Amino acid sequence: MVSLNSYLILGAMLFSIGAVGVFTQRNALIIYMCIELMLNAVNLTLVAFSRFLNNLDGHVFVFMIMTVAAAEAAVGLSIIISLFRNKPTVNVDDINLSKG
Amino acid sequence: MQLLMFYLLGLGAVVAALIMVTNKRPVRAAMSLIATMSFLAGLYVLLDAHLIAALQLIVYAGAIMVLFLFVIMLLNIEEKEGRLAGSALLWQMIAIAVVGLVFVLMVSVVKLSDNVVPLGEAAALFGTTRAVGKMLFTEYLLPFEIASVLLLAAIVGAVILAKRRIDDSDQ
Repeated sequence: MVSLNSYLILGAMLFSIGAVGVFTQRNALIIYMCIELMLNAVNLTLVAFSRFLNNLDGHVFVFMIMTVAAAEAAVGLSIIISLFRNKPTVNVDDINLSKG
Repeated sequence: MQLLMFYLLGLGAVVAALIMVTNKRPVRAAMSLIATMSFLAGLYVLLDAHLIAALQLIVYAGAIMVLFLFVIMLLNIEEKEGRLAGSALLWQMIAIAVVGLVFVLMVSVVKLSDNVVPLGEAAALFGTTRAVGKMLFTEYLLPFEIASVLLLAAIVGAVILAKRRIDDSDQ
């Protein structure tokens, strides 16, 4: 039988991989994808807890996280598109308009 | 059998995630992320979360990642291999080390805690559309409605942000 700990460790691994990606990638689109991966890792832990505690609340939480992820992706990608119009790059090192 | 499926799906998810974060090409990264999400959908089925597994495939792997691919294709980014300057590279290494420490911390917290919850039999309707839907429309009705307002705000925001300014073309 798969224990709860296995699912939690898998979730921690995926979350850490996503966090490393956020720090190492310079492409804004891939950074967004890494954030999606981190959200997915949290979803996995929520579903695992939900199953092991026999409680459906976690599924509702995952539903809400998916809603927020969809909204975040739509707004984030349109920000990238309008940035790209001003300056044709998606490299986060070149996007420094608000840098003091 | 379940253990084998868990290891196969988990290994697939981790490998696809690693391919994503070590990649410079956005399309490849998006494809690997779709693979990760599909493996996670399989894990959700193992956890009896049938509705969430379907939503994972339809909403995440379907809608959100197709949006990503649309934007990648639309922007047509040329690839640029840039090496980081020395200090930026140093900060990157420090960031990776901190993430590694956080990972070790998370795993040790999980390992130290006793696994007090054994896997019981799932309730008859556990994770089905009927059970989750019933909760959404009774106990969590207010958050559900607020989520619809959030989506409306996101639609309006995305349209406003991405639309071409009319006065720009006049100049």
